[in-house]
Amino acid sequence: MAAPKYPAFDTLALHAGQSPDAATGSRAVPIYATTSYVFRDSEHAASLFNMERAGHVYSRISNPTVAVLEERVAALEGGVGAIATASGQAALHLALATLLDAGQHVVASNSLYGGSHNLLGYTLRRFGIETTFVSPREPRNFERAIRANTRLLFGETLGNPGLDVLDIPAVAGIAHAAGLPLLVDSTFTTPYLMKPFELGADLLYHSATKFLGGHGVAIGGVLVDSGRFDWEKSGKFPQLTAPYAGFHDMDFEEESGTRAFLLRARREGLRDFGACMAPMTAFHILQGVETLHLRMPRHVDNARKLAAFLAAQPTVESVGYPELPSHPDHALAKRLLPRGAGAVFSFNLKGGRPAGRAFIEALRVFSHLANVGDAKSLVIHPASTTHYRMSDEDLKRAGIGAGTVRLSVGLEDAQDLIDDLGRALGAAKKVAQ
Amino acid sequence: MNLTVDGRQVFAYSAAHQLDAARPTVVFLHGAGLDHSWFGLQSRYFGYHGRNVLALDLPGHGRSEGPPFASIEAAADWVPKVLDGFGLGKAALVGHSMGSLIALECAARHPARVERIALIGVAYPMKVSEAFLDAARRNEQEAFDMSTIWGHAAQVPLGANPNPGMWLYGDTLARLARLAPGVLHNDLKACNDYAAGLQSAARVKCPALLLLGRLDVMTPPKAAAPLAQSIAGSRTVLIGSSGHSLMAEAPDAVLDALIEFLA
Repeated sequence: MAAPKYPAFDTLALHAGQSPDAATGSRAVPIYATTSYVFRDSEHAASLFNMERAGHVYSRISNPTVAVLEERVAALEGGVGAIATASGQAALHLALATLLDAGQHVVASNSLYGGSHNLLGYTLRRFGIETTFVSPREPRNFERAIRANTRLLFGETLGNPGLDVLDIPAVAGIAHAAGLPLLVDSTFTTPYLMKPFELGADLLYHSATKFLGGHGVAIGGVLVDSGRFDWEKSGKFPQLTAPYAGFHDMDFEEESGTRAFLLRARREGLRDFGACMAPMTAFHILQGVETLHLRMPRHVDNARKLAAFLAAQPTVESVGYPELPSHPDHALAKRLLPRGAGAVFSFNLKGGRPAGRAFIEALRVFSHLANVGDAKSLVIHPASTTHYRMSDEDLKRAGIGAGTVRLSVGLEDAQDLIDDLGRALGAAKKVAQ
Repeated sequence: MNLTVDGRQVFAYSAAHQLDAARPTVVFLHGAGLDHSWFGLQSRYFGYHGRNVLALDLPGHGRSEGPPFASIEAAADWVPKVLDGFGLGKAALVGHSMGSLIALECAARHPARVERIALIGVAYPMKVSEAFLDAARRNEQEAFDMSTIWGHAAQVPLGANPNPGMWLYGDTLARLARLAPGVLHNDLKACNDYAAGLQSAARVKCPALLLLGRLDVMTPPKAAAPLAQSIAGSRTVLIGSSGHSLMAEAPDAVLDALIEFLA
């Protein structure tokens, strides 16, 4: 028998989850633009509905094209499986809605994407789910905030906006000691830069809109389960370990063991909330996943060059990139992100809001918009866009300066990007003087 | 549902149905290092189609109290006790890999309790390489990797899986990661040490089905031939698209074969 060997990441990125189409031989992933699937006979229909046979019934619950993306991302992350969703926010909501009931509590990093902060801090509070936000810089903050009704710890692998590196081994250890799972948003790192499950996280999700898709053409999310968290042993999750009247009295853990979370998330979450991914979207995102292992090194390489350039400019107050020794999480980044600390970072311009606006308007290669993780380089000045209504003091409380600029570094020639930044810095300097 | 046998708690999945001694019973016996949910789709089907289903967690696996049985023979003698505990008489036994050896041995030793046996991913002798045994003895990750990679057809990581959104390698590894140290080695050693296969096969008088994966590298179909020849009247079904994890790799083909055999 040949020695056991797993296919490498690059190979899985191209092949996991898809066999050449049985009907046509199609090598590329076919786009199954169908809502539903013909049953062979009544017995077959009943067996599919009752989960006695594997297969597709209705594309809100599963679809062959979407299933390829799900299996592929699960393979790249080392999970038991995945569910693709309408957006990254839908993936986060699906995870939360599967695990938490009204009256329960989340401990979350306070360095989160604004949409996630809104969902946890305001929207879910309306439905009786509370969140305590803590600084991720000190893992013990998570421990101190855990209550009897806490059911989840949550953070981003690289936090917003300061790129705080989540100490996943430490926070996972705290979570597990309390019988709780750790969920991470892995959007900025992708499985190429970090495998959160290998570090101890139990669940993760991506805004696949960003680096997984990588070309700014489709909105989507993917929720992945490691299958390692023992819901039965924890004793805190009757949602997964007791008969559920909302799904034929199924005990999801008893039914499927390692698959319990995904089983309920798919069979209840996609059924009732309905935030599924369209097959065309899955196809678009798959095109990006197939080159993830080629794009991410270039994204990171370009980001390093730009961070180094900016750090050396007199008109730049500071650069917040974890690979720079000046970043507070530099040592942690070296340990947890040896392949690189991603390609999104912020820097602070001298000269406040006017300098920020002038800088943005002078750029020619960078696109001014509200997204990250595109093959093209992107830029935004929060103080004149997303955070326009906030005072300088409120901005400071949010960890943003009047001259803060966020870059998402793309795949263009690095020197062209540096030239673009240099020209814009010149324009900003004139305004600042 | 739970039961105490020989002072130890045993878990059996019954597909959310109460047991009824008037109905036929199917007992599912999982393989090394696994648990009842390895038969998820198939056991559920029979539970919803007029059978008592007992998909067991063998001692030391899943929700059943340890320690695990050190020999196939000991496990085979335990199965009738489980039936007794649930007030059931005879049963069809469906075993996978290590579970198939338990089913075979049980049919030979307790013919009055076994109506028929379906042996999935079976081979005899079920020899385990020294490297695999050693890695499992040391509870090294390498043993879980061997179990995962050799436990599936070679094309599994490079192709689609029938269960939407699932990653079979990840699922197997997650199951093995939950095992108490030493359980996988115990199971592999029990398979490796089992020496009564051909004699027991000759004593089997009930109908027998051998369900084999053409792409199985752990228990390749040719390694089941001595058993097939020794069990009088046995039938062999070869599933072309599957490796050793037949219930996951080819769930419908396995279910169809079992429906026909257990009819």
